[in-house]
Amino acid sequence: MIRDITLGQYYPGSSAVHRLDARTKIIATLIYIVALFVVKNFWGFLIAGAALFAVIEVSKVPVKFIFRGLTAVFMIIAFTFLINLFMVDGRVLWQWKFLSITEEGVNRAFFMAVRLVLLIIGSSLMTLTTKPIELTDGLEKLMKPFSKIGVPSHEIALMMTIALRFIPTLMEETDKIIKAQQARGADFESGNLIRRAKALIPILIPLFISSFRIAQDLALAMEARCYHGGSGRTRMNQIRFHRGDAIAALLVIVFLVAIVLSRFINVPI
Amino acid sequence: MSIIETKDLTYVYNPEMPGETRALDAVSFSVEEPCIIGIIGHTGSGKSTLLQHLNGLIKPSSGDVYIGGECITDGRKNLADVRRKIGLVFQYPEYQLFDETVAGDVVFGPKNLGIADDEVDDRVRRAIEMVGLDYDEVAEMSPFELSGGMKRRAAIAGVIAMEPEILMLDEPTAGLDPAAHKDIIDMIKKVQSEMNLLIIFVSHNMSDIAELSDRVFVMKDGRIVMDGSPEDVFSRGDELREMGLSVPPAKEIAGRIKERAPKFESKALSIEGLAEDIQKFRNIKEKA
Ligand SMILES: Nc1ncnc2c1ncn2[C@@H]1O[C@H](COP(=O)(O)OP(=O)(O)OP(=O)(O)O)[C@@H](O)[C@H]1O
Ligand SMILES: [Mg+2]
Repeated sequence: MIRDITLGQYYPGSSAVHRLDARTKIIATLIYIVALFVVKNFWGFLIAGAALFAVIEVSKVPVKFIFRGLTAVFMIIAFTFLINLFMVDGRVLWQWKFLSITEEGVNRAFFMAVRLVLLIIGSSLMTLTTKPIELTDGLEKLMKPFSKIGVPSHEIALMMTIALRFIPTLMEETDKIIKAQQARGADFESGNLIRRAKALIPILIPLFISSFRIAQDLALAMEARCYHGGSGRTRMNQIRFHRGDAIAALLVIVFLVAIVLSRFINVPI
Repeated sequence: MSIIETKDLTYVYNPEMPGETRALDAVSFSVEEPCIIGIIGHTGSGKSTLLQHLNGLIKPSSGDVYIGGECITDGRKNLADVRRKIGLVFQYPEYQLFDETVAGDVVFGPKNLGIADDEVDDRVRRAIEMVGLDYDEVAEMSPFELSGGMKRRAAIAGVIAMEPEILMLDEPTAGLDPAAHKDIIDMIKKVQSEMNLLIIFVSHNMSDIAELSDRVFVMKDGRIVMDGSPEDVFSRGDELREMGLSVPPAKEIAGRIKERAPKFESKALSIEGLAEDIQKFRNIKEKA
């Protein structure tokens, strides 16, 4: 149930992918996402998919674990697929009243669905192989240059760290409250929409109160340990680029070139 | 016929995933008579997980739970009926209060059970008085205005108002000051004697366990490793200490006295009982 969402989760490990600098992984992921939008035909996706599969293999994150995360966003993928399937004009393959499926529609539906799946797996692979702390450290460093023009890079990074850190806590809290109200006979599954929305009140109110309590405790704990914002703050673990990062950068360039070249392949798959 | 029974109850959190935990491992027990059962065990030994199985909130990985002879885990039984019979008070139940008034919160359970309105009001009043709160005073108050101990009692009233046949409480006294702590203990005693139901409660406080329980389960790594009267269980102090548990203070003191005076014997679990035994021992010594 609610715990099955793997988006933003970390899968502990010590593979080559895990050991990469967070900045490398962030930039590589950004490039990967851009590349998915550069792709024009299925050859491009074949390359992107193969690259993704190779990274998954190296990272040793179980494929099953990654796909379990996909089930949470399955509805979005299905929705995109159907919208594209029925909404694109072109050579009609099948018709029923006002619904029609065209050849272009089928093509596009698959195209979009594959893109979305690759996108989600690609970005969740980054969070799966990077500790949240490293991720936000990396982000902060990458945003450093922008702090000259007034971007509060440290604060943004801190907010992200806290948000990521508290996703599991809040989920646990939600789980507990749902169970407690279920034990009092609450029913969240039956009835019409209004009844179901009303049934959420006994969950949402305690959840809000808990969140405020947690936030207040955290603020006090930080202040008690003399936190006073980002200026003049140093780090215990300095992040550095290693040889692996250079190799990764090289591979990313090769990948990008391959993707760009794939646009010129005219043979249909 | 047993009131409640489990057979080889086993539960694994996150099977085949990182963080796989065997929280329950072939737990079997059976209770025949309404009484008070205390559960102790190191943190993570599976106490809360066990309670959640007993009213069907968690479906076991394997094994079965029987309530009044009926199996509730084979998927055929309506779980709403099960939860009507078995009340579970979670740890820190005051965090689940949500209504604008105490009465509104207490009424939530009975309403979900579909009890008629005129009976509901009666039940709410009875439940609030049962936990030792003054109905006329607190019924229309916001639960968030109450003190910590009163909030906890209001939350427990919410479960008692469902008039369960079995009442389970997970660490009902955790985090309370001594006065509020004593109120809760007295309340549990009162509920048991007036409603004559089976109470199962988890506690880390050995004096509470010794004072309230007719029977004690000791859990370790998802198993029930001891099951007996408090006298039996607490006479195995060394084994308990090995599990990271302790014995009630009276037992502890009696042990120390015995180190100095090997002839001293006391089975008392309460300080009062121990005082009597010490008095007797001194009388005998003075005569000799
Ligand atoms: N929702 C959950 N997901 C994964 N593992 C869990 C979950 N809840 C409990 N566990 C694990 O199951 C085991 C038993 O937990 P449980 O909460 O039943 O212990 P407990 O005896 O109640 O402990 P405590 O005295 O700390 O309340 C622990 O190892 C715990 O980490
Ligand atoms: Mg517990």
